Amino acid sequence: MNTHEDLGYISPYIPNTDLDRKNMLNKIGVSSIDELFKDIPDKYRNPNLNLTKPLSEFELKKYIDEICSMNIVPGDYSCFLGGGSYQHHIPAIVNQLSTRSEYMTSYTPYQPEVSQGTLQTEYEFQSLCCLLTNMEVANAGMYDGSTSLAEAALMSARINKKSKIAILNTVSPTYIEILKTYTQYQGLSIYMIEENQTKLEDDTTCLIVQNPNFYGNIDDMNKFADIAHKHEALLVAYTDAMSLGMFIPPGDYDADIAVAEGQTLGVPTSFGGPYVGIFTCKKKYIRQMPGRIVGATEDTKGNTAYVLTLQTREQHIRRENATSNICTSVALIALMSTIYMASLGKSGIKHIAELCYQKAHYASNLINKIPGYSLLSDKVFFREFGIICPRPPKEINKILLEKKIIGGLDISDKVENGMLISITELNSKEEIDLLVSALSEIK
Amino acid sequence: MNTKINDINRKLLMDRSSPGRVGATLPPSDVPKQKLPPDKYLRENINLPELSESELVRYFSKLSQFNFSIDHNFYPLGSCTMKYNPKINDEIASIKGLSNLHPLQDESTVQGALKLMFELQNSLCEITGMDDISLAPMAGADGELAGMLMTKAYHLANEEPQRKKILIPDSAHGTNPASAAMAGFEVITLPSDHNGNADIEALKSSVDETLAGLMITLPSTLGLFDTNILDVCRIVHNAGGIVYGDGANLNSLLGRVKLGELGFDIIHSNLHKTFTQPHGGGGPGAGPVIIKDFLSDYLPSPVVRLNQKDNSYSLYSPKNTVGKMGAFHGNFGALVRAYSYIKTLGEPGINQISQNAVINANYIRSQLKDYYDLPFNRTCMHEVVFSAKNYKQEYGISALDIAKRLIDYGIHPPTMYFPLIVDEALLIEPTETESKDTLDYFIEVMKVISKEAKDNPELLRNAPHNTTNSRVDEAKAARNPNLRWSPINNT
Repeated sequence: MNTHEDLGYISPYIPNTDLDRKNMLNKIGVSSIDELFKDIPDKYRNPNLNLTKPLSEFELKKYIDEICSMNIVPGDYSCFLGGGSYQHHIPAIVNQLSTRSEYMTSYTPYQPEVSQGTLQTEYEFQSLCCLLTNMEVANAGMYDGSTSLAEAALMSARINKKSKIAILNTVSPTYIEILKTYTQYQGLSIYMIEENQTKLEDDTTCLIVQNPNFYGNIDDMNKFADIAHKHEALLVAYTDAMSLGMFIPPGDYDADIAVAEGQTLGVPTSFGGPYVGIFTCKKKYIRQMPGRIVGATEDTKGNTAYVLTLQTREQHIRRENATSNICTSVALIALMSTIYMASLGKSGIKHIAELCYQKAHYASNLINKIPGYSLLSDKVFFREFGIICPRPPKEINKILLEKKIIGGLDISDKVENGMLISITELNSKEEIDLLVSALSEIK
Repeated sequence: MNTKINDINRKLLMDRSSPGRVGATLPPSDVPKQKLPPDKYLRENINLPELSESELVRYFSKLSQFNFSIDHNFYPLGSCTMKYNPKINDEIASIKGLSNLHPLQDESTVQGALKLMFELQNSLCEITGMDDISLAPMAGADGELAGMLMTKAYHLANEEPQRKKILIPDSAHGTNPASAAMAGFEVITLPSDHNGNADIEALKSSVDETLAGLMITLPSTLGLFDTNILDVCRIVHNAGGIVYGDGANLNSLLGRVKLGELGFDIIHSNLHKTFTQPHGGGGPGAGPVIIKDFLSDYLPSPVVRLNQKDNSYSLYSPKNTVGKMGAFHGNFGALVRAYSYIKTLGEPGINQISQNAVINANYIRSQLKDYYDLPFNRTCMHEVVFSAKNYKQEYGISALDIAKRLIDYGIHPPTMYFPLIVDEALLIEPTETESKDTLDYFIEVMKVISKEAKDNPELLRNAPHNTTNSRVDEAKAARNPNLRWSPINNT
């Protein structure tokens, strides 16, 4: 009998044996596998492939452990980084349920009869996004919050056929970069406005605001809605989903399109992705929306059923005239956020938001008292706030790292010695006190 | 009892909600009470469901069972590469040392993550025969957009703004023209010839000084390797255009041919197809854009570079980058899975994929060609397209009816009505991870359905019979959009 080694390399993911292949080639009517590839020009067929040798599971795990040992991991270190990605506790049921292979290993639900699981959870996602934002309708998800924002600007231009995008100067510079990527060849121009500005240029399609803004502050958004609408422009609001557990939602200040990063709702920071972009708007604009949308309907027996709908907006039908080229809704991550919102529910979301608020304010008050440190502003904020340090944040963070603390986001390119500190429910009082005492020692 | 079990299962979260139920234990605040902001900033009420953890588990578990999935069913969805997603990849991606990393950590603290990305960049370049890569695009269509933006930027940098035209074969996936349009191009459709190749004469007459490039899928969505591909690349290059390859069907080429060597300038790879990131019911995916080095300066940001001086890795923004595709560095979780897959299989394992995928597809072709019309009767690659037009003409049975009847036999329908150039198309992609036994069952079922179409066509027209829902009214959904729970439309 052959030993495992005698068999040579056999992929664990390929069930057919040499005998199966031989029988199949016979039935196909060819004598060799290579004959099936004869359409590939001879000269280029079967090139040399320079890859590493196969690794068994335990060899791979060992190798990955080595890779991980080159990382410093939040959790092992206390972490005060935010800037659009936030660490929150993820309830066990989020991973247990979302990793069920019925959800994980299915395709986009083009066949509604065998995809009701995905479709109904997507409808739930849309519903909960609407309830959270107080907006009228939502789609099934975009790549991330930043691309939701870019698509919102493109959608606005489709709605009112205007060509200038106004951006409030407190919007994250990163989101503006992504906006530029997606809009650069669409004949649209971008200009910035100051917080006290009340006039928009002619031909402005939308005013983009972020609340809480890049610096963590919460503004009175009604003012900006008025400015936008007075100029017959749309108000596009980028919001922080978690903040809505506590603060006024975009539907209440008359936003026309509201988007958010879904990561904060039950998704690991995972070095930046995958996340899911929340995309909501007023109902009158649904036919200009990008992305997948699930609707309720009936089957031939009159039972409730869910189905991908309004597909005539989409690339597989409209091709170059589609509202967007997007094909994914990041369904699995949207599912994680759905389970998260359902798990925390009405009182839980509010409680987590308040924990963030309470702890962030506790920290900001203490840091403000350290000689040499001050707060960037005295405005209302949620879980992230700016501080001005006595030394460049890069130096401060290096020292903090020695004390097992991952410090805040360096924004010294915008504010001299500026740093953004983010605090969530995962940062204990003890961690915050340690951060404060560590900062006190850095003068 | 009037309540049907189905009604209970389909009840929405908000309709299951009861005031006072809690789904998670949350700690009290451990800091002294802080002053709240003025009321005008605060939300008065938030309407979200109130449910216990046990109810949520029952609900989402029950719903999941209404899905077909690769782990439960043969899923021969053409051009989607629904192959087995190895479990080790998921386990690796969820290791805290990777999944807990924050994207804005200092580079010195994430050297492992950057090393992993760097090695994946190199592996994907090696497999495809290209020179350089950005892992930033978050889906196939996002990779296409990145490639089209690079094409635009390249021509503009060469002071050729008149190059506004992108040629796209009529068999292409809809994202191709949509992506080209988002990059500001005009789309010209290129016909296929009678062999399913790009029509060379039509191509010759379409190229001029306004040509920006060609977007072509190889093998095509007909499952065919375009035997004119070298001529196609030459004609486009001679006219000053860029050859863009949609890597959706890369699974059939692994180890058999490198697109870079054939003359492609830009491609994207769908890591959720070829490299087993689970499809997740519609994402997340990842669509790295892979290029020849004359385009390196335009790559989307970031790219991981190795600094030879101190052997450290860093995130780099190319000189004339088309920009960032998303807030951070791409869908890292998907990149980890692709990396884990390539590491597990290594050179011999990667080499076996295409061979088995292509044998499986040709086996189906050879066993069903007497039962279903083959619009292109030649050796196929990883997928085969049949036409049900004869059934339509003779028995009024459509591709849709056949596809829906497969569900009754526990098989997910193939891709239908795509590519658009084949009447009543059924596009079947078995992938390399299916056994001969499964294929024999599928072939047998397709033969039975062929007989049923003649003997009992109603059986097909009313299919599927045993699913949660029978066929659904799509027109009604679009006519009166009901897109969310509300107290009014759902009580």
